[in-house]
Amino acid sequence: MRISFKLNGRLVEADVEPNELLINVLREKFGLTSVKYGCGIGECGACTVLVDGKPVLSCLTLAVDVNGREVTTVEGLAREGGLTPIQRALMEEGAIQCGYCTPGFVMVGEYLYRKGRKYSEEEIRSLIRGNLCRCTGYVNIVKAFKKALG
Amino acid sequence: MKPSTLNTINTHILPRFEYFEPRSLGEALELLDKLGSEARILAGGTDLLVKMKTGALRPRYLINIKRIPGLRYIRVEEGYLRIGALTTWNDLEESPETALFPALLDAVKQMGGLQIRVMATIAGNLCNASPAADSAPPLLVYDAEVVLASVKGVRVVRLEEFFTGPGRTVMRENEMLIEVKVPLRKGSSAFIKLARTSMDLAIASAAVYAEFEGDVVRDVKIALGSVAPRPLRARRAETAVRGLRIGDPSLMDALEVVKEEVSPITDVRSTAWYRREVSKVLVYDALVKSFERAGGVRA
Ligand SMILES: Cc1cc2nc3c(=O)[nH]c(=O)nc-3n(C[C@H](O)[C@H](O)[C@H](O)COP(=O)(O)OP(=O)(O)OC[C@H]3O[C@@H](n4cnc5c(N)ncnc54)[C@H](O)[C@@H]3O)c2cc1C
Ligand code: FES
Ligand code: FES
Repeated sequence: MRISFKLNGRLVEADVEPNELLINVLREKFGLTSVKYGCGIGECGACTVLVDGKPVLSCLTLAVDVNGREVTTVEGLAREGGLTPIQRALMEEGAIQCGYCTPGFVMVGEYLYRKGRKYSEEEIRSLIRGNLCRCTGYVNIVKAFKKALG
Repeated sequence: MKPSTLNTINTHILPRFEYFEPRSLGEALELLDKLGSEARILAGGTDLLVKMKTGALRPRYLINIKRIPGLRYIRVEEGYLRIGALTTWNDLEESPETALFPALLDAVKQMGGLQIRVMATIAGNLCNASPAADSAPPLLVYDAEVVLASVKGVRVVRLEEFFTGPGRTVMRENEMLIEVKVPLRKGSSAFIKLARTSMDLAIASAAVYAEFEGDVVRDVKIALGSVAPRPLRARRAETAVRGLRIGDPSLMDALEVVKEEVSPITDVRSTAWYRREVSKVLVYDALVKSFERAGGVRA
């Protein structure tokens, strides 16, 4: 099936099978390797991308489902060279160790940031519970989110 | 060491299927009627695609209903909250109407992670018919109904009669759930979920709807999750506590009957024994929480 969608601001087309997953199409057809494969079953959030502005798990999304929609990955954020507030805060707070989970956190953070409101620490902890990090113990990630969103 | 099933399964790929993307409800119902038992409806996919990846399900046809217009809404109308088939948990989370149903709001807040709530639908939660479906206990205590449509027409089924067993409902293979109807009520309510983390499925859960006169329990409805083959309305417990006072020591004794009403199993999340014991306590706690929400102060 031929699909067309907006990917990081650019209109793109792709030929995909109905059983192809968005994560594989983004990584393999478009080379967007920020989108990470963790568990494949919705538990870890490493594969999070924005579809029409909302955080979605690309490991549980059919590629055909984004036909006509707008997809944003980390590659689509820091245009004109500047990092986003959430990216900057994650760096400044040392919230990255191996970095495998980071793109997922960046996309959730970006979604929350674009809502244009403030979040308490309790809200932040609850809103990132769909993202697993095996390295940091979350303390610095929460600090970074508070810095960018608090 | 025995490898876990997940290690032997490749969750990178989905098995093949024939794909349909109906643009109207009528077209979807025609497809369901024609394709029969080998077809599955795809909504948020957070249950279905996981089951297909792990090999638990292998449908020949997938009918993606997400492009059908007019199925995603939350409306208060004629004494009902009406939830469309494509309405997500996150839609409920962001909608002011949900506050009219505090037990449902409790369930929404504890369900999955943000991404799962953005993707997953309430209808999918009910149709998947897990005994642990978090929307079920709250919707059961509100006496919710589901609207089922097929090429033959529409029928309304009480949620209490909808579930028949784990993964099983009264829905016929040519039917689709198009709306959940929740009657507006004046009483108080609460839902409590016991889980290892809120991302996890419930070990056990309980919802209570109650109307109080002073501290006396008048009308009361009780439902439990994860402690029976299907989400359970606990009618005997309701009869047992009706007329009792909150804070009365006999209240906990009266709730002993919950332990007889449930029929839990032992699985990876908990033992049958623990589920039986904790059911009673969860109902008690949800009842007290409802009382406090109604403005009651315990003596
Ligand atoms: C990481 C993770 C965490 C989760 N946490 C929770 C949790 O805390 N609580 C909880 O209750 N669940 C949880 N779930 C399970 C799941 O997300 C929910 O059950 C969800 O509501 C299912 O909705 P869906 O739209 O994704 O359904 P789908 O997966 O699209 O469909 C589920 C089933 O219902 C059928 N179906 C869907 N819509 C209709 C319809 N309109 N008419 C007829 N049949 C239909 C499908 O054919 C399928 O058999 C979790 C899942 C994951 C992966
Ligand atoms: S890879 Fe998608 S949630 Fe883990
Ligand atoms: S930094 Fe390694 S998983 Fe989070």
